[in-house]
Amino acid sequence: MKYETVIGLEIHAELATETKIFCGCTTRFGGEENTHCCPVCLGMPGVLPVLNRKVVEYAVKAGLATNCKINRFSKLDRKNYFYPDLPKAYQISQYDLPLCKEGYLEIKGDFGSKRIGITRIHIEEDAGKLLHDAEDGSTLVDYNRGGVPLIEIVSEPDMRSAEEARLYAEKIKSILEYTGVSDCRMQEGSLRFDVNLSVRPEGSSGLGTRTEIKNLNSFRALVNAIENESARQVKVLESGGEVVQETRKWDDVTGKNTSLRSKEEAHDYRYFPDPDLVPVVLDEEYIDRIKRELPELPDVRSRRYVEEWGLPEYDAGVITASLPLASFFEECVKEYGGDPKAVSNWVMGELMRMLNEKGIEADGIPFPATHLAGLLRLVDDGTISGSAAKRVFTEMFETGEQPKVLVERLGLSQISDEKVLTEVIKRVMDKNPKSVEDYRSGATKAMGFLVGQTMKETRGKANPALVNKILKQLLDE
Amino acid sequence: MIHYLTAHRLAEMMGKGEISAREVVGLHLERIEELDQHLGAYITVEKDRALASAREADEKRRRGEKLSPLSGIPMALKDNICTEGIPTTCASKILENFIPPYSADVYERLQRAGCVLIGKANLDEFAMGSSTENSAFKITRNPWDEKRVPGGSSGGSAAAVAAGMAVFALGSDTGGSIRQPSAMCGVVGMKPTYGRVSRYGLVAFASSLDQIGPITRDVRDCALVLNHICGHDRRDSTSVDVEVPDFEKGLEQGIKGMRIGIPSEYFGEGIDRGVKERVQEAIKVLENLGAVCDEVSLPHTEYALPAYYIISSAEASSNLARYDGIRYGRRAEGYSDLVDMFVRTRSDGFGREVKRRIMLGTYALSSGYYDAYYKKAQQVRTLIKEDFDRVFEGCDIIVGPTTPTVAFRAGEKTDDPLQMYLSDVYTIPVNIAGLPALSVPCGFSEGLPVGLQFIGKPFAESTLLRAAYAYEQSTGFHKMHPQAKEASRDEI
Repeated sequence: MKYETVIGLEIHAELATETKIFCGCTTRFGGEENTHCCPVCLGMPGVLPVLNRKVVEYAVKAGLATNCKINRFSKLDRKNYFYPDLPKAYQISQYDLPLCKEGYLEIKGDFGSKRIGITRIHIEEDAGKLLHDAEDGSTLVDYNRGGVPLIEIVSEPDMRSAEEARLYAEKIKSILEYTGVSDCRMQEGSLRFDVNLSVRPEGSSGLGTRTEIKNLNSFRALVNAIENESARQVKVLESGGEVVQETRKWDDVTGKNTSLRSKEEAHDYRYFPDPDLVPVVLDEEYIDRIKRELPELPDVRSRRYVEEWGLPEYDAGVITASLPLASFFEECVKEYGGDPKAVSNWVMGELMRMLNEKGIEADGIPFPATHLAGLLRLVDDGTISGSAAKRVFTEMFETGEQPKVLVERLGLSQISDEKVLTEVIKRVMDKNPKSVEDYRSGATKAMGFLVGQTMKETRGKANPALVNKILKQLLDE
Repeated sequence: MIHYLTAHRLAEMMGKGEISAREVVGLHLERIEELDQHLGAYITVEKDRALASAREADEKRRRGEKLSPLSGIPMALKDNICTEGIPTTCASKILENFIPPYSADVYERLQRAGCVLIGKANLDEFAMGSSTENSAFKITRNPWDEKRVPGGSSGGSAAAVAAGMAVFALGSDTGGSIRQPSAMCGVVGMKPTYGRVSRYGLVAFASSLDQIGPITRDVRDCALVLNHICGHDRRDSTSVDVEVPDFEKGLEQGIKGMRIGIPSEYFGEGIDRGVKERVQEAIKVLENLGAVCDEVSLPHTEYALPAYYIISSAEASSNLARYDGIRYGRRAEGYSDLVDMFVRTRSDGFGREVKRRIMLGTYALSSGYYDAYYKKAQQVRTLIKEDFDRVFEGCDIIVGPTTPTVAFRAGEKTDDPLQMYLSDVYTIPVNIAGLPALSVPCGFSEGLPVGLQFIGKPFAESTLLRAAYAYEQSTGFHKMHPQAKEASRDEI
């Protein structure tokens, strides 16, 4: 029997606010343990939370950018459970009246285009972090992250493969980046995924028993965990077993997928409205203002690249997926003034290859867009060859230096002086009379050899177009 | 007898140079030394700190600085109000060694007014109780009869004021915890409108009901203290940004033509005859002062108590979950793992009543029971609010008894929580509706003080104070003090 995988995602994104959700402490990543804390985010007796306005604004922004309806009346609820990283022993979150609901977004792939439903987006506070000391077995808590604002974006179970889940998650990431709602630094854990997954016989419409895999913090982990869990469930069913509803844990390092707790062990969170906070009431004017302030979103930008700049749809999709990459590309196109496709080739080719190789995100490109534009112009005006440009690029990536400076330093500028080249070519012809003869007796293939010899003589610096032209003239004389 | 003087009288005397803050504070400290061993009103006495700030107040006066009428006045704060650098225990073992690094908004305000914190007053653990017998450290005795309880949960605050061990005190009132002990100790106690006083720094019992308020020796002092503790605080989202009037102004305007509603439900089964008679006499006095009293009905009164115990316990179960032994306060020893640490810490750290409420509240919020309990209780809350709204369409204030009985004997109700809970049957609806209310002494039954409760519209504290002042001035029960009660009036 063939099986189909049904996937829903819960995405937690840390918001890019300066301060925490209910107090004035900084949200800065890192810092010495327990230094970004105050009585409020430590849940000391008698202190009270005060909602950060920016958090509401960012969540509404995320909602509008994902086609959600915005609840005019929303409230905050307490989610009660005991854990040392949760100072109040409850997390302030939203239960039945989230800020945003019923949205969607489109993903594109080999399967064409597909709409993924968004059930809701709500705001909540992050917890602290436990640090286990392997040596003496003790556990310490760092509350710096406690109270950092999060949004949780809950999707409908609309995805059918790891690929679709990845595309959806990437789309969410790029929208959050574009809107400035989150900086989505995955390595700092500011974007995390929970997967809800079940399998069912292909063609059936009911849903199988689902499991939840918590806290995946890279796209690779997301894809691997989905593939692994999907295969596991199919195997269980095929061997006549039943999938157990449970929470599971994926270890990206070992590739292990283990049970964390069963449904019976699940918490009863005893949600109820937080009496320390007042409901969030939003008016039309507020929502309209945020709508007006929304920046150009990735889909719109991608269409613009295709329609105005003639970029292939694929290129436009890849580049616009990442805001820093798209910004880099766009600046470079403007600076360069030439064919955007030429820029796109470099960005999609050399630049992305180097970023991948070095494991650098697009916001960490080590040279400004004007450098790449300069490099392209050097190729266009014949100062360097295409292959030399690649060398310059690699060097530019390492040092961040101006392309002109690097061309000098590496001695890569082309010989485009016809007189100089004519002399060299005459010398090459003298040294290789057989090839000259071959050519002249009709074996035009011999010309390639002579071009090669000329390039060798000039240590690759000869302008290849000119060499071809002059050599042909001399041979045809 | 200096220790029975009011703040406004002492301010007058200090202004004239007849007495210094140092002397006033010193006298109260002596009084505490003399009586409190036995009465048990205080958990912590801040002798050195109090004397130092008294000297500071005198120094300011000498320099001719403009002083508030509360400057140099010794006060007690209920020990669930956070005081930076001073233990704040909530009368619980779990916070026995807790010293907050911050102060409650009310304490900051009173410090700015020059008040002298003389000590932290005893209470039922986490303000859960009606007799102050649930304190983990000591019981507080009623100064009028030491075999009796002072009421609760602000029993320490009320007893301290009644016995002349503080000029005024702050308490907190979740279901009557200021008004009920004030009634039982023969002093004035007010619960302001919910949102009138910042809860920042008040250790939460039930956040949607808790409100801080003054316990004083007369109505004018109540107005004075209120003047200093009210006002919007950005640190408390439920603090309301409304204008704070001068509560002392208009106090003497009288109540001619004031329409007073007398709820028939507050005189039914369970009320002592003596209490009923005193309250009825008080209503006559109000009529003689020109008020128009009419019987009114608050039909959902009987549902207030069960709704209250569900809502307050539900909120408490969550509010008290933070005492897990991880960050501050007590942590049990000898635990085997994380869960064992939580269990032992909380089992050892909390008293019986607190545990009872945590269990009750946890149950009421549990999946499958939420609708039947918590949600239902919230619906009852709406009905009770509507009762008051309807009545207030036809009258300015509501008057009735504060408690159904006078102070009961220590130990009498400790094994019968339901009987204990009934002590708050007339005060609880007020918290549920978020209204202001105050209790003033209205005579005695069985030789023990009886309290008269005035309930007002939201933010109409001024109206309440005016009515209570008119009543108080025409009767003079506020001038009667324990031990000296036969003398009936002291002459200063």
